[in-house]
Amino acid sequence: MEIKFWNKEVETATRDRIKQIQLERLKNIIAAALKTPFYSKRLPAVGIKSPDDVKSLDDLRRIPFTMKDDLRQSYPKGLLAVDTSEVVRIHTSSGTTGIPTVIYLTAKDLDNATDLVARSITCTGADKTDVLQNMMSYGLFTGGLCMHYGAERVGMMVIPAASGNTKRQVQLMKDFKTTVLHVTPSYLLHIHSKLAEFGIARSDLALRKAFIGAEPHSENTRKKLEELYGIDAYNSYGLSEMNGPGIAFECQYKCDLHFWEDSYIVEIINPKTGELVKDGEQGEVVLTNLIRTAMPLMRYRTRDLAYLHTEPCKCGRTHRRMSRILGRSDDMLIINGVNVFPSQIEEVIMKIPEVGTNYLILVEKHGALDRLVVKVELYPKMFLGEAKQIEALKSKIGDDLKASITIKPAIELHEQGSLPISEGKAVRVVDTREKL
Amino acid sequence: MAKQLHIFVENRPGRLEVITENLQKAGIDIKAFAIQDRTDYGLMKLIVDKPQEAYLSLADLGCACALKDVLAVSVPDKPGNLHKLLSALSKSNINIIDAHGFVLQPSQMGICVLEIENYAQSNADEVVAKAGFEVLNDSQLYNL
Repeated sequence: MEIKFWNKEVETATRDRIKQIQLERLKNIIAAALKTPFYSKRLPAVGIKSPDDVKSLDDLRRIPFTMKDDLRQSYPKGLLAVDTSEVVRIHTSSGTTGIPTVIYLTAKDLDNATDLVARSITCTGADKTDVLQNMMSYGLFTGGLCMHYGAERVGMMVIPAASGNTKRQVQLMKDFKTTVLHVTPSYLLHIHSKLAEFGIARSDLALRKAFIGAEPHSENTRKKLEELYGIDAYNSYGLSEMNGPGIAFECQYKCDLHFWEDSYIVEIINPKTGELVKDGEQGEVVLTNLIRTAMPLMRYRTRDLAYLHTEPCKCGRTHRRMSRILGRSDDMLIINGVNVFPSQIEEVIMKIPEVGTNYLILVEKHGALDRLVVKVELYPKMFLGEAKQIEALKSKIGDDLKASITIKPAIELHEQGSLPISEGKAVRVVDTREKL
Repeated sequence: MAKQLHIFVENRPGRLEVITENLQKAGIDIKAFAIQDRTDYGLMKLIVDKPQEAYLSLADLGCACALKDVLAVSVPDKPGNLHKLLSALSKSNINIIDAHGFVLQPSQMGICVLEIENYAQSNADEVVAKAGFEVLNDSQLYNL
């Protein structure tokens, strides 16, 4: 196997060299952070008043964790380190209480992020001769646009198909001889179940690879996709707070994901104590972005659970590998690639007077895709005796939830007293999908 | 005006029984009933001898229920009579949301219970009477 590199010098640098790059870049990030309202209070409180106060990478651990809630409370500009005239792009993700989180990128930041996506793509063995069909949502979500930019930098022909419209996706694959897909694993499974219906055979398609991500999936799911399509599927990792895709990616050996450690410092902590776990132990992924100056983010708690491999990889890259995401240390649900917090759902349904206080969120598999069902109780005193009212209420709940969490769940109305009560430790979320 | 009791029930075993058990305890006599299937839930519709008491006893239980005005018409049990009634209503552009009917033995008298769209604003009673049918008042309906 010919191993391809985008930036061989960095990708195969010695561990000492990587640490040296990390320290240099950390100092830059500290300098930027000191310009933000948020970190200009937080850093001096732990004795960091200038980049020179950081002597070694160990000094990073003096800095308290940054939480998602800090991002929300700093919305919209509390973490902005540059004048907005320097910003060329923003992305946002939905927030748990209606307040989104935002990231800002300067032209240089975007260039850095794009370069890492190009590195990630190349790492899988794909190159400019490939045709990439990008099935992630474009817009405020990072998955679509950021992958697009990286693929263009590699020189691939990019089909910005975005998500949805399965029939058109398959037609595009066929007509333009798509060789690489960027897609959620559940959607890729779903597409396969539709091929026969569209009268398209596997032999009509030129597919070779798929970059799968945006939702946790098991090794069995990967194997199934590879067998169904006869392709290589590569796991990818990213989150909008860190610039989106291109943080960690699998190489041609598909033995878990190389973390681009020249650009991100990864720590794995015990989510309960905040202490670093031993090498190879599972814990929460904590990230420091070393390549973004418009909006520095240090020791960000991702809530994703994973472990790091310590042994080297056959591909020759020295950047450590992270396991697939094994779960979450919070209650966030990932539904067809969309992040949803139960609290977002609760907030919406509790505003509707016809709905009682008890509810249940059910996540299940419906074919290959995830299905979200929100079960609520009808508040008896608001009942007018008409089916029309019930149907209108179900539509309203569905529409209001779509506006908040971007996906439309199935709504079930129940009698009062038939769902778990709101007091105590009621089980509010039932997830019957396969455990990883 | 005649009232029908509408009850929201989940579509799963035992839910109707809870309602009939409660009505039995409250000494309510059920004259007629219908269930409108809405897949995951249903609306149970009851004609009872004491609608207000039935309503309160179910509301105490936490049931979602409501009393709705209905048009109860006495229709002699002969071929063509239902058609005659419905023709009269449709000619007057009166829309029926839902309906159920039953025949009383041994009097051979049919009863149609109709839910009429915008009933309070409509002249449905008049139209039915003009067509030669008897509109039952509330006590007539409850004491069948």
